[in-house]
Amino acid sequence: MSSTPLAIETHDVRRIYKIRGGKRKGEAKTLIALDGVSLEVPRGELFGLLGPNGAGKTTLIKILATLLLPSSGTAKVDGLDVTTQTQEVRRRISMVSGGETSGFGLLTVEENLWMFARFYGLDNKTIKSRLAEMMQMVGIYDRRSTKISDLSTGLRQKMNFIRGFISDPSVVFLDEPTLGLDVTAARDVRGFVKDWMAQNPDRTLLLTTHYMAEADELCDRLAIIDRGKTLICDTPENLKRRLQSETIFHLKIQPLRKPTSPENVVEAVPGVRSVTIADQTDFSELRLSLQGEEALPAVLSHLSGRGSGLLSLEKREPTLEDVFIQLVGRRLDEDTNLNGTGEER
Amino acid sequence: MTTLSPVRPEGERPMGFADRLLSLPFVQRSDALRSFILGAWLGWQIESNWADPLLFAVYSFARPIASVMILVVMYSVITDGATQQPIFAYIYLGNALYIIVGGVLGGISWAVIDDREHYRTAKQLYTSPLVGYAYLCGRGAARLLIGAISTIIVTVFGVLLFGIPITIGSIDLPFLIASIMLGLTSLSGLGLIIGAISFQLGRNAWQAGELISGALYLFTGALFPLDILPPVLREIGLIFPATYWLEAMRRALLGTNMIGFPTFAALDNTAIAFILLIMSVGLWVSAAFVYRWSMRQAREKGVIDLETNY
Ligand SMILES: Nc1ncnc2c1ncn2[C@@H]1O[C@H](COP(=O)(O)OP(=O)(O)OP(=O)(O)O)[C@@H](O)[C@H]1O
Ligand SMILES: [Mg+2]
Repeated sequence: MSSTPLAIETHDVRRIYKIRGGKRKGEAKTLIALDGVSLEVPRGELFGLLGPNGAGKTTLIKILATLLLPSSGTAKVDGLDVTTQTQEVRRRISMVSGGETSGFGLLTVEENLWMFARFYGLDNKTIKSRLAEMMQMVGIYDRRSTKISDLSTGLRQKMNFIRGFISDPSVVFLDEPTLGLDVTAARDVRGFVKDWMAQNPDRTLLLTTHYMAEADELCDRLAIIDRGKTLICDTPENLKRRLQSETIFHLKIQPLRKPTSPENVVEAVPGVRSVTIADQTDFSELRLSLQGEEALPAVLSHLSGRGSGLLSLEKREPTLEDVFIQLVGRRLDEDTNLNGTGEER
Repeated sequence: MTTLSPVRPEGERPMGFADRLLSLPFVQRSDALRSFILGAWLGWQIESNWADPLLFAVYSFARPIASVMILVVMYSVITDGATQQPIFAYIYLGNALYIIVGGVLGGISWAVIDDREHYRTAKQLYTSPLVGYAYLCGRGAARLLIGAISTIIVTVFGVLLFGIPITIGSIDLPFLIASIMLGLTSLSGLGLIIGAISFQLGRNAWQAGELISGALYLFTGALFPLDILPPVLREIGLIFPATYWLEAMRRALLGTNMIGFPTFAALDNTAIAFILLIMSVGLWVSAAFVYRWSMRQAREKGVIDLETNY
């Protein structure tokens, strides 16, 4: 294909959900899950979506995977419109959600994968060789004749993960693929993703994750999205480079007695750009972003003046997490869903 | 047919027959045919997946026979054992055949909710290039197969024990084949419409097909000729394909032993077949529209992979 169309292209995609069961009767409540998202992902790219809970990542993936229609805007996969050319899009894509432990429990692993491969029109020989290879790669080959209902959730997840690749799709959507997997299994999955991408330069993969390290390790480029809007889109290196002018320290301190929030207190110190704090049981973890190292002594004396002793201090290179905090204003594990609306699923 | 152990022995591939069908070149090229065959294969795995084969036999054979026996007993008490009357064969066959009506209508709409709410695989299915209506018909076909086996057993039982007058000579084979094909086409069209609408509904739609076939049972002439009903209620039966199908099947099986009940006495076999044909076409055209509309609605509302929470 000479004039390669973009693998994924969205233009000003908005998605509005109607919320059932509003407080007062007759009141039509709506929620804007996506608020004008425009993305361009060329073929061959491993693209990441980062965002806090409720940011709209799953909604975007569902639109691209033809499960959901955008309320306005256009979305294309492989140059095909997801709204109108549904069947053609489905031939080329696959979607796997992390924590997806569902399946036809009465089928064996092999039968289930065979069935899905057949939906895509693969022939028997291809199915057999591909299945055996993929099952071996993620380590469920020796469980291929086990019924799905008798698998552990992690193994089911691995099976569903393979299902996403069995048809050799040109675009794969992975929604939090390592969610709930143990460390080794998550590493297997990441390894699989990298190998799969390396095998063919035309393959494209879009993934969402809550793990910054995973995004950093895997993604060629990533977009940070919050409240339905893309805040930025760049390579992990460029994103981190934005923060070169900042100096980042991690502090462990004795817990602050709080009449006022410690963040506010420290933020008032001159030279401090931003502070986040995570309270552990017997200490507090502070992440400080300073204009320069010279601002540190003032912060430390401020803390000790408030009766909080320093337990440890560490200077750090900027990470994606720091980029995220700078842009979104809070850590990834803090929730967007302040309006307390319906849960997904 | 069923495996008791969770692990299937090596080499035993239950997808063998389906695999051969799917390997035919024209099947491999057609999304719809593949979807139908896989739907039927999956449906059969589900329908025959009884941990206990005995339970499976009870459910598929003993239960239908038992429910027909209840009718037989009631009939005998009321008529003082007049099983030789033509009305007995009429009722007996009507009920044996109605198992299939429930199977086709129920099987298709059940599959929609079953995939979405029970197996939670709707997301996986409807992002793959399966052809939804073909797949659902396949799932319905598996249910139909089990229903048909029940119907045959109940019918044979009736011939042997109660002298239902079906003989080699009484069967009008060409008309029987035409009736079966037209009946299944029209009923599956109706089943698809119910299935398509089920996409819009939550878990409550679980039994939509069974409910509708159950509600229409009294109006189809399965239990008594329509003439007994007041004219207004009779109309309900006359717009439902099962009514004509039951009539056609009785005529095809009983031949001249079938004494014309007044409802359709004015219609000959060709006319009945023609009505079924028109209904089949009408229902399938409607089903195509309703299915497309419903899928679009479902994508708009985001309910393809809906899982009802309680
Ligand atoms: N079916 C739905 N009906 C109503 N609101 C919904 C529906 N699905 C999602 N939402 C809302 O849309 C917003 C975006 O949700 P989405 O699932 O896309 O977020 P996300 O970025 O995937 O979050 P997470 O990281 O928790 O998976 C949230 O506020 C969510 O509550
Ligand atoms: Mg999500």
